[in-house]
Amino acid sequence: MNGVEYVRMVEPRRLLVDFLRQDLGLTGTHVGCEHGVCGACTVLLDGLAVRSCLMLAIQAEGHELRTVEGLAGEDGGVHPLQEAFWENHGVQCGYCTPGMLMAAYGLLRENPAPTEQEIREALAGNLCRCTGYHQIVRSVQDAAERAGVAR
Amino acid sequence: MNLAKQSFQYVSRKLRPREDYRFLTGKGRFAGDLVLPKMVHVALVGSTHAHARLLSVDVSRALAHPGVVAAVTGEDLRRDTNPIPNYLETPTIREYPLAVDKVRYVGEWVAAIIATDRYVAEDAAELVDVEYDPLPAVIDAEKAIKPDSPLVHEGEGSNVAWHRRFVWGPVEEDFAGADVVIRQRFRWRRHSGVPIETFAVSAEWDEGTSLLNVWASIQMPQFEEQLAHALRLPVNSIRVFHDVDVGGSYGTKRGIKHSILVGYLARLSARPVQLVEDRLEYMRGGGAHGPDRVFYAELAASREGLIKSFRLKTIDDNGAFPGRSPMQMGKPLGAIVGPYRINSVEYEGVAVTTNKTPQIAFRGFGQSPTNFVLERMVDRLSKEVKVERIELRRRNYIHPEEFPYAIPSGTTYDSGDYPEVLRKALESADFPALLRFQAEARERGRLIGIGVSGCVEPGGGNAMFLSLLNPKNEVTTFPEGVLVKIDATGTVSAQISFSSAGQSHETMIAMIVGEQLGVHPDKIRVLHADSLSGLPTQTPVASRMAIVAGTAAYHAAGKLKAKMVRIAAHNLRIPEDDLEYRQGKVICRSNPKVEMGWDQLVRIAHKQFHRLPISEEPGLQAIHVQQVPSGGKLPTDDGRVHMYPCYSFSVHIPVVEVDPETGLVKILRYYVAHDCGTVINPDVVDGMVIGGIGHGIGAALYEEFVYDEETGQFLSQSLMDYLLPSALEIPPVELTAHCTPSPLTPLGQKGVGEGGYMTAPAAVASAVEDALSGLGVTITELPMTPDRVFRLLESAQTHKGV
Repeated sequence: MNGVEYVRMVEPRRLLVDFLRQDLGLTGTHVGCEHGVCGACTVLLDGLAVRSCLMLAIQAEGHELRTVEGLAGEDGGVHPLQEAFWENHGVQCGYCTPGMLMAAYGLLRENPAPTEQEIREALAGNLCRCTGYHQIVRSVQDAAERAGVAR
Repeated sequence: MNLAKQSFQYVSRKLRPREDYRFLTGKGRFAGDLVLPKMVHVALVGSTHAHARLLSVDVSRALAHPGVVAAVTGEDLRRDTNPIPNYLETPTIREYPLAVDKVRYVGEWVAAIIATDRYVAEDAAELVDVEYDPLPAVIDAEKAIKPDSPLVHEGEGSNVAWHRRFVWGPVEEDFAGADVVIRQRFRWRRHSGVPIETFAVSAEWDEGTSLLNVWASIQMPQFEEQLAHALRLPVNSIRVFHDVDVGGSYGTKRGIKHSILVGYLARLSARPVQLVEDRLEYMRGGGAHGPDRVFYAELAASREGLIKSFRLKTIDDNGAFPGRSPMQMGKPLGAIVGPYRINSVEYEGVAVTTNKTPQIAFRGFGQSPTNFVLERMVDRLSKEVKVERIELRRRNYIHPEEFPYAIPSGTTYDSGDYPEVLRKALESADFPALLRFQAEARERGRLIGIGVSGCVEPGGGNAMFLSLLNPKNEVTTFPEGVLVKIDATGTVSAQISFSSAGQSHETMIAMIVGEQLGVHPDKIRVLHADSLSGLPTQTPVASRMAIVAGTAAYHAAGKLKAKMVRIAAHNLRIPEDDLEYRQGKVICRSNPKVEMGWDQLVRIAHKQFHRLPISEEPGLQAIHVQQVPSGGKLPTDDGRVHMYPCYSFSVHIPVVEVDPETGLVKILRYYVAHDCGTVINPDVVDGMVIGGIGHGIGAALYEEFVYDEETGQFLSQSLMDYLLPSALEIPPVELTAHCTPSPLTPLGQKGVGEGGYMTAPAAVASAVEDALSGLGVTITELPMTPDRVFRLLESAQTHKGV
């Protein structure tokens, strides 16, 4: 989990998201619908964006997980993706934000220079009720451009 | 006058909202994140019937389940709490957090369990035995007002909770003298804010201090007053923390019954209690649905299309308990003529109870549906009098030189330039090019439509509808208090007294205080005081925070500037009127070389009483409690009243394509011009406008709480049944701003939180109707789901004999 190994005994029925939030105290990951539609609970499992409300904690045994708390930049400051969301105000209430960041992170890993349509398709599984997505899409575009310049 | 050109140091300039940082790093503090020692968790048992007598609720098996701490039913609440206050004061309607005697909607809570763990609480909830005696249900408001309808509350003798007719001006004469009269029925179906965070509340009873501490994801005026009343506690025994981040609200996060229940359970169990709704509970039993209306509209006009009079009857389905929701029929009266010069208005409102989940406040407080009706009627008039719809709007718009403009229902609009905003929208869309695109696409058989709709957006929350709908409310004060202080080391902080749900209030307050004091906003701390240490507030409803809290912050900081000038005058022995506060210093106007700097002023104020003017208090702190600018008078007997102070305006131009095979509507492009006066933070304003459009597109095309007409069963229980638009459904939005400052606020700011949602449903409906214009179809019902559009297409083809 974000580079740290945890050994915990859990009930088989415990959802991964409840394990993260309650057992590990990582409340950055949020619960929105508990049936895999809203994407608020998106985390990275071995680098791939997954719904932590649709997984049991025990299914994560032996895998590498990353949440918003593990998204800091190499210097310990904010990650360029977070920086881009801040610069473009891709946030309002902040509830969908961690899931949105993890989905965007997953997208940019696979496709470092996505088109606007590709961004919208990749984020279509993450619902936001505040922004109308415009500033979120712009944030991801900006992050991709920044990374492109950095390369 | 154009204040936008006035050069501000911070206001209207780009500044990254400070709140964003904690949200982006996973450090938000949401109500469901809170962990308290020995905390227990609530699970709820919801009614499986829309309407039934409760014969028995037996919690004994649940209580015996290991880990269960307590289990309660409506009888416990009836004995130990007062009913939830209801703004209409209907005599026999008694709502408790858990059902008493009857259940009145599917999902209504009948029992609550607290246990050491939510999983255990839910296991135990399945062990509660409930015996129901089903009754016939009514879920259609027009059927509910008929004499033979089942009664939701027998004691009332009727399902009509409120009914009143207002006539403002010579309606009869204007209709009699009109060349053209149009009549149309409309249906606005039930949807709501549906935030990604459900409602969450935690409470602990501190026995040592007799204080109930509450952390809730609320956005609600009078929350602690209602909680105290229900729990039979003095208000100063309840402390509501407002430094809780609310994960989206849009008016709907009220949760009063949740909070009463949790407060009750916390005292009962002597342990901290947390309730986090699951998605099903939010959708079904949370009581957070929005307006659900049938309209009968009539418009009288001249042959040239000049509108004379408007008649509107609204039948609003409040669901099982009319809490604050009937008030949502009142706010639209503050802008009932929209942007148009209309001489007279008749408005009839009927609030109806049915066997649906209770309705609550939602973005725009009832005005989005009214604007949908008015704009649809103007489109119909355009066809009737054969005056092109844009030209027709221009002919009827209030002219910029007519402001301040009094409308028939008693409200005065502060300022605006509607023709100019319309012109900017058309220009931004390159309207002639759009028409060419549409014509070419149509030749190839594509159903392309262009919508044009405007909306006047009241802001400022002068909630005079409270007294209008129920004279016993007699309330004219809607205050907002802000404290600004400069501490002994010279750092600045400000305090607001409400929680925020994504509106970036901390940034807004910091920018205004920073502008006044000449201090960079990023150096100003903004805190959310709790309900006991805070100042009077009406909370962030009705797009009021830039207007009322912003003005309070402006004046509180202004008081500090004035005090620093007094301190400098005393010490420099220069008259106050020869001194001026500028950028953290006090400077002598007649001799600018003479000045007193920030550090010295702060030191004198905090540490050197011997250098303070006589009768001056030590320190640098100032409170300003701001009443809503303008208004403050009760309604007249015929129901005329001045409501909100500031009036924003926007015009939306969506371009849509309808798939004739499936009825699916796709939005291709979206153009907006809007005017909310002086913008405080441009990125925040853009986000509010586009986010509101997101809700409006949902309302227009996707979102609907569906009930089975026979059984009253609720069919939209999950986000798979209730469709929220994603990044693929909401198109990129092209925004153009205009600025007509408000004369009522110190910076010229107006409200902006609701206009996107108020305008978009009308605009998208107008676009879909335009796409189907060859078929003679009139859009009168939302949402325009593929099914509904397909049926419209079918009936049009049947009529044409195709």
